Amino acid sequence: MAMALPATTPKMEASPMHNALPDGVERHAFGGDGDGDGRLATRGDPVYGEPTDGEWRAWDPSRSKLGAMIELEMETNLAGGDTVLYLGAASGTTVSHVADFAGPTYAVEFAARPARDLLEASASRPRLFPLLADARKPDTYAHVVESDIDVIVQDVATRGQARVALENRRFLADDGRLLLAVKARSEDVTRDPAAVFDDVREELETEYEVLDTKSLERYHADHLGIVARPL
Amino acid sequence: MTDSAAAESAWFAAVDADDLEDLDTVDTDAHDTTAVTAIRDGTAATPDNWPALAVETGIADDEDEYYDLLHTATMAATRATVTEREAADDRQLVHAVRAMDDCERTANELAERLAEWAGTIDADAGTGTAFARDIVTGEHALESGHEPIASLAERVVDLANEADDLREFVERQTPTVAPNLAALAGPVLGARLLSLAGGLESLAKKPSGTIQVLGAEDALFAHLRGHASSPKHGILYMHDAVRGTHPDERGSAARAVAGKVAIAARVDHYSGERKPELEAELEERVETIQARTTAADDNGDGTAGNDAENGGESDA
Repeated sequence: MAMALPATTPKMEASPMHNALPDGVERHAFGGDGDGDGRLATRGDPVYGEPTDGEWRAWDPSRSKLGAMIELEMETNLAGGDTVLYLGAASGTTVSHVADFAGPTYAVEFAARPARDLLEASASRPRLFPLLADARKPDTYAHVVESDIDVIVQDVATRGQARVALENRRFLADDGRLLLAVKARSEDVTRDPAAVFDDVREELETEYEVLDTKSLERYHADHLGIVARPL
Repeated sequence: MTDSAAAESAWFAAVDADDLEDLDTVDTDAHDTTAVTAIRDGTAATPDNWPALAVETGIADDEDEYYDLLHTATMAATRATVTEREAADDRQLVHAVRAMDDCERTANELAERLAEWAGTIDADAGTGTAFARDIVTGEHALESGHEPIASLAERVVDLANEADDLREFVERQTPTVAPNLAALAGPVLGARLLSLAGGLESLAKKPSGTIQVLGAEDALFAHLRGHASSPKHGILYMHDAVRGTHPDERGSAARAVAGKVAIAARVDHYSGERKPELEAELEERVETIQARTTAADDNGDGTAGNDAENGGESDA
């Protein structure tokens, strides 16, 4: 489906079947595991014992919702060098990869224990800014996080995930993107995930235009990937 | 909007450049610098182009320098908050009670191995950590040539002692961290509840229905999926008021205990004041519940050996 894209960057030649990966994200074969085109990788200090190949380190889509969205060829609109607000950074597994290829990256995490690991990951990444704050209360970090953010990545395991996306819309540039991984079980463990996803989408559409949705099932059970832009 | 007005809500508004340069050198202990305080406690309704404003107001020469300062300041602020939260007494208590359980479990497991091993060379071998103690004190003498068994016994005793020390620590510490919870549930069960909830604040924010089944998550989710009936109690089973109640009424007893535990945790978290009336109310409630089965026994159709003498009072 992405074949019509202009093949301008070198990596497009290596992997013409895929959507353009952001600059700074490439496919590498780690230890020759012969995994098709190779695995997603970024350049930076290893964070969680992931395989490395020189300065490249593997980005495991089954440990990262954003990794899964990229692997599943969703149109993330990430170009490389983007300004990113990452909500639900946890231990920094995914956000460390983001900071490897993006520009200034603000990482918001609510819990102290994972934030300790996030600090480790941030130490070697001068454009990764860790913030211990509640993503449901943007007032508590709007004095630090800049406006006109290119991409908000949201992966928060809390009830009211659509609400979080709406609250944080104020940071997003008009042509920015929201990359949202909805966890059905965080909203209601007993309900059918499809019904939960419908509700989240409906609430989201009060302030966002949903551009793409895809089940992340192959890598993450009961998760839906959503790409949206502000209305 | 004028830039100077906008810059007033920026995290760097009250910060001067010298202070920011200090951050780099003080690093991890920079708890009190204005920059750290500003990041931790500041607020703004809307974001702005902070990098550009910082350059305009002279905080940084260019955006690159601004981002360097921001990195240093956010690292210091987040580290300060993380350290503070993790050093909090309830976190320490949670680790202690988990370590206590680990030591106990491991000691028992090794004691079993020890008994099995010793049994092969000694027909009089005993069981449990008590047997390990007997070997270590010499009360139970092993024939020579079995040093590895004696050495294993020492490890078992060490672990059992460690578990006892940790239990003492928990019994001493829970009442200072959560006095009402400790009084109501007992210090060890109180600490276990904190551990399952993930801290005092989380426990204080849980509804009593959740507290009632803490520790019975597997059963709860089986129930929610529709495979099973709902669990009556989780770790609260260890409370005397639940264990001491006839099985038919344990659900009611657990509900009563959970309700009071929820209140106790909230009082401990939000005010810290002692409220002895909570224990009295629980006691009264549990007596009423236990009286139901006693009354049934008096009518000759019960099976529980509950011999309390007050009876009859029924309760809706």
